[in-house]
Amino acid sequence: MIPVPHILTLSAVLFAIGVAGVLVRRNAIIVFMCVELMLNAVNLAFVGFAYGMQSMVGIMVVFFVLVVAAAEAVVGLAIMLQVFRNRATLNIDEINLLKW
Amino acid sequence: MLVAFYILGILSVLGALAVLLVPNPVYCALSLVASFFAMGAIFILLNQEFVAAIQILVYAGAIMVLFLFVILLLNLRTGEPFAVRWNVRRVVVVAVVLGILSQLVAVFSAPAAKLGPAGDYPIERIMKEGAVQIVGDLLFSQYVLPFEVISVLLMVAVIGAVLLAKRPVEGGPPAGAGSGAAPGPKEGA
Repeated sequence: MIPVPHILTLSAVLFAIGVAGVLVRRNAIIVFMCVELMLNAVNLAFVGFAYGMQSMVGIMVVFFVLVVAAAEAVVGLAIMLQVFRNRATLNIDEINLLKW
Repeated sequence: MLVAFYILGILSVLGALAVLLVPNPVYCALSLVASFFAMGAIFILLNQEFVAAIQILVYAGAIMVLFLFVILLLNLRTGEPFAVRWNVRRVVVVAVVLGILSQLVAVFSAPAAKLGPAGDYPIERIMKEGAVQIVGDLLFSQYVLPFEVISVLLMVAVIGAVLLAKRPVEGGPPAGAGSGAAPGPKEGA
């Protein structure tokens, strides 16, 4: 039996790394990867709670989070392709106008 | 089992740290794949083989391959060194992240935190019936409405991605503002 607080602490560490990546990195695609990392850390917390509480609700939430993450990645990368065609950069410090 | 959990946890944290620190986006994506694989193994340790399977198939397989495709397609210059200089923004970032981390760890590991009553799915039942069968039963009985809604969401996302990423057809209406600046090859029509 793995102690539940250890699982949750691992998920908190991964989430914090994801937050740091979103705040520090300047490449939009890497920022996006860090968002995926944060979603995954939350998934780990859900699975840890489901494991500790002997419930399946957390597993169902993980399933839906995963589908939403996939949809978000597809749409976000399409937006990034279009931004790169227009501005020829993915540095999020240079993409600072909503309309150009 | 506990030792395996710690080893896999350290591996996933190392992969995540590489995403944070490595300049090259391709290496970032590959280390994130390694981190996702380690997390999938942790899910297997927690007796959730279905979650582990979709973690590796969807996350490590589909989503990260999509990321790699876009990185290689855009041919980004990799000159984004992780700046060693410490300006005000980076100090604030580190403070914010440490604050979030300490809050989360304090809440999660507080001795007063109780998990509540145990549910209907102890580990023996999951191991006897199989996690895939339990998830399938729940998905098509109790959670059938969210399942249908999420399928509509996926279809909307696919259509939206195609509309967003396609180049405008010549002679047709422009697909997006200002996108006529990039004359693409004739396609579709």
